[in-house]
This record gives sequence, structure tokens and C-alpha cells, in this order.
Amino acid sequence: MENRPLEYDYTVAKMFMLTTVLLGIVGMLIGVILAFELAFPGINTILGSGLAEFTNFSRLRPLHTDAVIFGFTLSGIFATWYYVGQRVLKVSMAESGFLMFIGKLHFWLYIVGVAAVVVSLLAGVTTSKEYAEFEWPIDIAIVVVWVLFGVSIFGLIGMRREKSLYISVWYYIATFLGIAMLYLFNNMEIPTMLATSAAGESGIGAWYHSVSMYAGTNDALVQWWYGHNAVAFGFTVPIVAMIYYFLPKESGQAIYSYKLSLLSFWGLMFVYLWAGGHHLLYSTVPDWMQTMGSIFSVVLILPSWGSAINMLLTMKGEWQQVAASPLIKFMVLGSTFYMFSTLEGPIQAIKSVNAIAHFTDWIIGHVHDGVLGWVGFMIMAALYHMAPRVFKREIYSKSLMATQFWIQTLGVVLYFTSMWIAGITQGMMWRAHDEFGNLAYSFIDTVTVLHPYYAIRGVGGLLYLTGFLMFAYNIYKTMTAGKELAQEPANASPMGA
Amino acid sequence: MFSAEFQAYGYLAVTVFMTVSLYAYIYHLYKNRKDADGKDYEEYSNMALNDDIADTPVNALSKDDKK
Repeated sequence: MENRPLEYDYTVAKMFMLTTVLLGIVGMLIGVILAFELAFPGINTILGSGLAEFTNFSRLRPLHTDAVIFGFTLSGIFATWYYVGQRVLKVSMAESGFLMFIGKLHFWLYIVGVAAVVVSLLAGVTTSKEYAEFEWPIDIAIVVVWVLFGVSIFGLIGMRREKSLYISVWYYIATFLGIAMLYLFNNMEIPTMLATSAAGESGIGAWYHSVSMYAGTNDALVQWWYGHNAVAFGFTVPIVAMIYYFLPKESGQAIYSYKLSLLSFWGLMFVYLWAGGHHLLYSTVPDWMQTMGSIFSVVLILPSWGSAINMLLTMKGEWQQVAASPLIKFMVLGSTFYMFSTLEGPIQAIKSVNAIAHFTDWIIGHVHDGVLGWVGFMIMAALYHMAPRVFKREIYSKSLMATQFWIQTLGVVLYFTSMWIAGITQGMMWRAHDEFGNLAYSFIDTVTVLHPYYAIRGVGGLLYLTGFLMFAYNIYKTMTAGKELAQEPANASPMGA
Repeated sequence: MFSAEFQAYGYLAVTVFMTVSLYAYIYHLYKNRKDADGKDYEEYSNMALNDDIADTPVNALSKDDKK
């Protein structure tokens, strides 16, 4: 055999890059359809009443959220782990046949899980818990996929050459542990076939059907401990892992303060887990728990901004790079959106603000300035940075990337501004009353007023999807037609015109 | 109720303990500047910047020290 120098092996990273792009398209496309269904309800039955079951909002909505969370984002997390993990630990997947096998198994079982989720959700099989809709057989499969991810992380750490773990690795480990804990506890459920009714019937319902092990308020509390921390450990922690690697690497700048990255890490871990109660303000959850949720949400600004400011200051003295490179633009704007949404979230978690914001479109706006501006931008930037290194070709088109950046930025701005106006309008109208306490408006009054903003939101989403398709095309062309590189670029990713 | 009271005091104690720990950790980081291996924390940024497989690790595991 030829005696070649050791190289990083990106086989598994490439597989997950593919699913990041494909599931991103699927998730965002469904999102855009949903946005237009809300603005123009006729679209709910666009394929005729016979197929309305599969095209209506309620059937498609979990597909959208789960495709972007567990499809696009998780794939992005896996892809970047299999790339960043090797590099900062200075060990190649090629050095371990076992880890390579685990990595591939991880990918293929993930694909099986994704297929099962798509089919079951389209068929309307759901536990009805938000972001935890999967029935128990799929939950078990997901646990297996997650354990394989853990084996990959700790296996690679076990054979590392670099003794210390880079800050991103800490964040990936936290992602693994956090999601494992959250997922297991929130999905505690009992298959109904094991239950016996009061009348003595057994084997109730379909074999795959289950009910939550928690009831009533407890179920809500566990659900939102999970739901909010899915945001923490799916949309924040691993994305911070990415920016701590990709921004310094792409810009060639050392992290502004490594110490700040460490204390932000522990601050985030300490505070985030307690903030979920803010989803249940003014509910039957004990009042002290609601207050705790509010307070921890506000405190959460500190560690979140610690990381975000650390990233912006990493660009200190190098701001010309932001102007010159669309890739840096994605990351710097991503970090800015992170600051923005981690300020907005705590504001919404304050009880008096929540009295207006709760159940309104402002919450949807908040989620989307976070996921479109921060998560989406950062994952795309990560893939753009990885592409020349894993395919050994320069990025196909810089101008296409720059155009994509501006189209998507406009999309995000239209999305969250329309939802701000819609949400606050909604909140104010719902609570408006006359001097005798009679409600001033009925629900349909708000729907009528909100229509234009829903249409604007749809356009914003469509722009973002358009940009994502440009991203997919750019990555595809990089892979197939980009100019070949003689050697790996150290920092700034090479881009064709 | 006893258990609820116990929970409340326990919660307070844990919160205070973790807050003190976090601030102690911050103080420790900025006072010592270096970790137990004698490395300045800021040097660890180089783990991302010099991440070629042939690059010298910032803090090599001892078995690779001979390289």
C-alpha cells in the first residue's frame, strides 16, 4: 500500500453535510408553505379535499419544526462535529476502524430515524408533545442514534493527541449530555398496549401508541423544561461550539478572550436549565417556579452575551474582513442575531411583558430571528468553511454567496418585524376591553388585522428559502465544479468569482 | 409542609453555592491566568488556528511528547 501521510477523514462529515442541505430544504420549504397557509387558508386544501389531511397546517407543522430541529440543525451539528472534533483533537477518523464504523452506523441509523419520523408525522401519528411528537419505537431509535453520537465524541476524545479540550469540544459534550438528559426524561411514556382500563380491557390502542408518564401541570412543566432546553442544547450550545471554531479559523484571529469563553460556558450551563418555566407564566405551575423562570431568563443574558461579544471582539482590528468576505459576514451577523434574540427572549420572559406576548406571533418572531439569523446563518457558514477543505476545491461563487447573504438577511428582517407588529397587535387586541370589562374584539377581528403581516412573513420566509437554495447550489457546484486546490487553505476560504 | 420547605431551602442553598462557585471560578481564571499544566489559557485559542494534523499540539498528551 502507498505510504501516505496521515490526513483527516471527512467521510462521515460529508454524509451529514448532505443531510444538512437536504433536510434544510425540506424543513424550510414546509415552513414557507405553512406561512402562506396562515395568510391564505385556501392553501390548506390546495391538493383537494381528499388530500387535505396531508396538506393542512396542523399535520405539516410538526414536520416543519422537527425537520429544521432534528433534520437540518442536528445534521449540521453532526457534520461539524465530525469535522471540528478531529481537527481540534488532532486525531483522524482514519486511525480508528471502529470509530469510522460507528460514524457510518450513526449516519445510517439517523437516516432510518428521519424516515420513520417523516412517515409517522405525515400519517398523523403523534404523542402531541411539542418537539417530542415521536412515538416510543422512534424514541428508542433516537436514543440509539444519540448513544452512537456519544461513542463518536468520547471515542475521538479517548485517542486524541491534544491533551486539552478546545472550548468547542466542551460545547459539543454539553450538547450530547444535555439532549440525552432532556430527551430521556421528557419522553418517559407508557405504551397503551401495556395498560388496563378500569373496565378491565387490555391492549388498548395501536401498538405504537403511548401516553406520557406525567399528567397535567407536571407534564407541562417537564415538557417546557425539555422544550426550552431543546433550544438551549440544540440551538445555542452546539451553535456556540461552531462559532468558537469557525470564526477564529476563517478569520485567522485568536479568540478575543479564551477565559471569557470558559466562564461563559459554565454560566450558560448553570443558568439555562432553570429558564424553561417562562413558557408557563400565568399557568397552573406554582408561582415561585414562574418567577424563577423569569429571573433565570434575565440572568441568561450575561453568559449568552459573554460568548457573542467574545466573538465580535475576536474581529477587533479586522473589521475589513467583514466587508471583504461574505462568509465572515454570515458569522458576524449570526453572532449579532444571537445577541439580539438572547436579549429579546429575556424581555419576553418578564411577567408583565409576557402578559402581552404569550401565545402571540411575537414568540414565533423571536424563535425565527434566533433560528434563521443565528442557527441557520452559522450552520451555512460552517458548511461553506468546510466545503473547500473536505472537497479540496475552492468555493464555487463568492458573488452568489454575497447575494444569498443579502437576500436572506432581508428575509429574516421581514420575518421578525412582521411578527413583532402582528404579535403586539394581537396581544393588545386580545386584552382590550370596554369600561364594563367586556372584550373589545373577537378573535376573528385580530385575524383580519393580522393578514398583511402574515403575508409579509410568508414573503420573508420565501426569501430565506430562496437564499438556502442558492446555498445548496453553491455547495453542489463547489463539490462538482469548483477549482481544485493544491493545498488546504489555512484561514480565509478561497472563493471563485 | 416539611418537604416543600426543605425543597425551598435546598433550592436557595444550591443557588447560593453555585453562584459563589461560578464567581470563584471567574476570580481563579483571571488571577492565575494559567492552568494546572502551566499553560496560559489564551494559548488554547491556537488549538483552532493551528489544527493541521501535523501541527504541534498546544498541550500534547505525554505519549506524543517525544515527537
